[in-house]
Amino acid sequence: MAPKNRQSTPQQPPKLPTTTASQTPSKSQSKPSTSSSSSVRNTQDARQIAIGVWNNYIDATPQRVKLLDAFMVFLMAVGLLQFVYCVIAGNYPFNAFLSGFSATVGQFVLTASLRMQTNAENKAEFERISHERAFADYVFGSMILHFFCVNFIN
Amino acid sequence: MAAISQGTGSKFFFEGESGRNTRGLLRLIILVTIAAAAVASRLFSVIRFESIIHEFDPWFNFRATKYLVNNGFYNFWDWFDDRTWHPLGRVTGGTLYPGLMVTSGIIYHVLRLLSMPIDIRNICVLLAPAFSGLTAFATYLLTSEMTTSPSAGLLAAAFMGITPGYISRSVAGSYDNEAIAIFLLVFTFYLWIKAVKEGSIMWAGFCALFYGYMVSAWGGYVFITNLLPLHAFVLICMGRFSPRLYVSYTTWYALGTLASMQVPFVGFLPVRSSDHMAALGVFGLLQLVGFTEWVRTQLPSKQFQTLLRGLVLVVFAAAFGFLVLLTVSGTIAPWSGRFYSLWDTAYAKVHIPIIASVSEHQPTAWPAFFFDLNMLIWLFPAGVYMCFRTLKDEHVFIVIYSVLASYFAGVMVRLMLTLTPIVCVAAAMALSNILDIFLVAEQPVEGAQPQANGNPRANGPTTATEKLASAIPDTLRSTKTPVVGIYSYLSKSAMTGAFTAYLLLFVLHCTWVTSNAYSSPSVVLASRLPDGSQHIIDDYREAYYWLRQNTHQTAKVMSWWDYGYQIGGMADRPTLVDNNTWNNTHIATVGKAMSSREEVSYPIMRQHEVDYVLIVFGGLLGYSGDDINKFLWMVRIAEGIWPDEVKERDFFTARGEYRVDEEATPTMKNSLMYKMSYYNYNALFPAGQAQDRVRGAKLPAQGPELSTLEEAFTSENWIIRIYKVKDLDNLGRSHQEAGAFEKGNKRKKSGKRRGARVLRVD
Repeated sequence: MAPKNRQSTPQQPPKLPTTTASQTPSKSQSKPSTSSSSSVRNTQDARQIAIGVWNNYIDATPQRVKLLDAFMVFLMAVGLLQFVYCVIAGNYPFNAFLSGFSATVGQFVLTASLRMQTNAENKAEFERISHERAFADYVFGSMILHFFCVNFIN
Repeated sequence: MAAISQGTGSKFFFEGESGRNTRGLLRLIILVTIAAAAVASRLFSVIRFESIIHEFDPWFNFRATKYLVNNGFYNFWDWFDDRTWHPLGRVTGGTLYPGLMVTSGIIYHVLRLLSMPIDIRNICVLLAPAFSGLTAFATYLLTSEMTTSPSAGLLAAAFMGITPGYISRSVAGSYDNEAIAIFLLVFTFYLWIKAVKEGSIMWAGFCALFYGYMVSAWGGYVFITNLLPLHAFVLICMGRFSPRLYVSYTTWYALGTLASMQVPFVGFLPVRSSDHMAALGVFGLLQLVGFTEWVRTQLPSKQFQTLLRGLVLVVFAAAFGFLVLLTVSGTIAPWSGRFYSLWDTAYAKVHIPIIASVSEHQPTAWPAFFFDLNMLIWLFPAGVYMCFRTLKDEHVFIVIYSVLASYFAGVMVRLMLTLTPIVCVAAAMALSNILDIFLVAEQPVEGAQPQANGNPRANGPTTATEKLASAIPDTLRSTKTPVVGIYSYLSKSAMTGAFTAYLLLFVLHCTWVTSNAYSSPSVVLASRLPDGSQHIIDDYREAYYWLRQNTHQTAKVMSWWDYGYQIGGMADRPTLVDNNTWNNTHIATVGKAMSSREEVSYPIMRQHEVDYVLIVFGGLLGYSGDDINKFLWMVRIAEGIWPDEVKERDFFTARGEYRVDEEATPTMKNSLMYKMSYYNYNALFPAGQAQDRVRGAKLPAQGPELSTLEEAFTSENWIIRIYKVKDLDNLGRSHQEAGAFEKGNKRKKSGKRRGARVLRVD
């Protein structure tokens, strides 16, 4: 994982100024204190980190990507709902459950792919895919997905 | 260089923009020629025999295709076939891979639409050669993704076109699933590589579509289902996770799994059986890794990253454990028996004799590799090694594929088929590299002053010789012209000459193998008369046609399962068992009836409403693929179900020999199969001279007696013998008693005469 990402990190100046700078000090600070009083610190750390991530996300993510993320969260919720229903109420029309569930999973995956392809950080990875092409691909994939789902639902 | 020496005219065609076009056109022409050669080399059987469907399985496919064409798609989908597996029937529409039939059905209707009405039989016969042309093209595309050398793809296409390993399953008339499946396999792999390279949803979507097509065409799709996840998994383990991989794999999995579930025969397997769980597991793993990578870009802390990586491992282990738990508890079906037989070659023989009894499931003999792949087999490792040198994502795929396929091809003869494409690709890469070095890169770096642009290999020697030349000026003749060995015309012509010779030999070998080993329909046999002319032995069709003409439409025919499809296809009569071996017990029933005494067999045949029994006997002609040679498998399969009633040991003599002559065991001599094979066989020979030419055995002087069956038909060369099952006796006697009574009458008469004679002599 490491080498590929190293290449891409210098190309995105506005987003993560902290990464390279703060890596080494934080590591050296935390190393001695791992064994003792770790549980309390860990929870605090975790909370801090989560807050940090959240703030970073709110600040640095463009509006369009946030829209995609919201859609993905929605898909996850729908998928989870179906799964819970399946566990509780049984999977009787198994076809229906499968196609419903895989519709959410497939759409989630496709949206995640679209998000990756349009992400400026991954420009180097997807040289030949413009944003328009990515969206067209996304529509194409979704159409196949839903064709199969509808066909399979019985 | 020809272009350079010939000046401007050729320069126009081979350089610059129009040169590119010319090369494109040339490439197209070469590909079309390769496809034509691929088709042409598969037509031996049509030319030598006729346009006929081959072997066993193709007859069922042909019958199903005819049903599809005559009754339409929906009826085909819901087809319940009451003419096979006699009392049971078979839900054919739901238990077959419909891809092949639908493909030829579509071709049939499209040709009709173009007002070219072609008989469905001819479409079926020529489908495999046509698709082999496409396979060559797909191989070209796949190889071109691997190297920059333009010749590798063309070489691979040519190899794929004529390799016996692939021809063995795709000669004209071999209308089997593999006919289209290999094309789909190669093309799916090409699309997958394309998707991984570009990270495009579109290519992954196409990959999923063709994967779906593949699933509908051949059970071997499981190979793809496991190979692609393995590729993704290895890439992750190598630290090569990239968004491209995420996009292509997850898209392929999400769409491809849904596509595969559309086929009724596959149904819920992709979420239920262990064979498909690897794909699901890697899908989950990729989600985790993708998520982690995303979080990583959001995170400042290095320590937390390691924590996350640990988390990924833990989650993966937990998921794996969960999977194992599900398998143990039975929610997910365990690995299928066919899968186990891939890892433990003795597994099938012990647990599923029915699989082991098929000759193409036997382990491969070493010469088979050379026989089927010839020179490719020794170029293959070189090609794989070259993949290691430039180890990009797609080369990892080649390496994994070649390792797995080599193993599988060693375990099972028929899996040579999956090995062939990768061997062609790798060998073409190696060979094109050799040819590129020795043909194209042949301008030696000028031994003069500017050495800046020379390639590193040439640099060393030239500098050395120059030093030498400056040290001893004009003294030795050999130092005047510094020549690097590899660039001399001698080495170049030797190498290219050698490889041209190899290639020519390869073509010769392929043609020879195709014409001698793989072009026999096995429905029609050919033999040579003493004067060298060809003699066609057409006993199979003779007998099947007899059945068709002389028996009632619903007369049930019992035979060993090998001939079930042919009887259904050619004679159009219901059969008890056929080559779709889904019901082992039913097959064992037939095996028991064949291997037991008449008194045991007769009730079994009555219960199954058998009207005719068909056996294959090669003793007269020396045709070794007959039922007596297959008999031990019948015994073994029957023994698997009724270990108390049928025992394999009883069919061997005390010294452990399998004999049919005077010394055969009583069980053997009393078995129905033995009796049917040799019934009346003595009459052909002078007394006491009866001989079995397959087993080279002299038969007992007294031939076997049959009481419950009567001979109905024996073909010209005695290859097929058909017996009619007698009805119950009118007077309520058993058949033995009735036979004894009739014989007794005769014997009485003759006894009287003999007695009288005796009296007179006295």
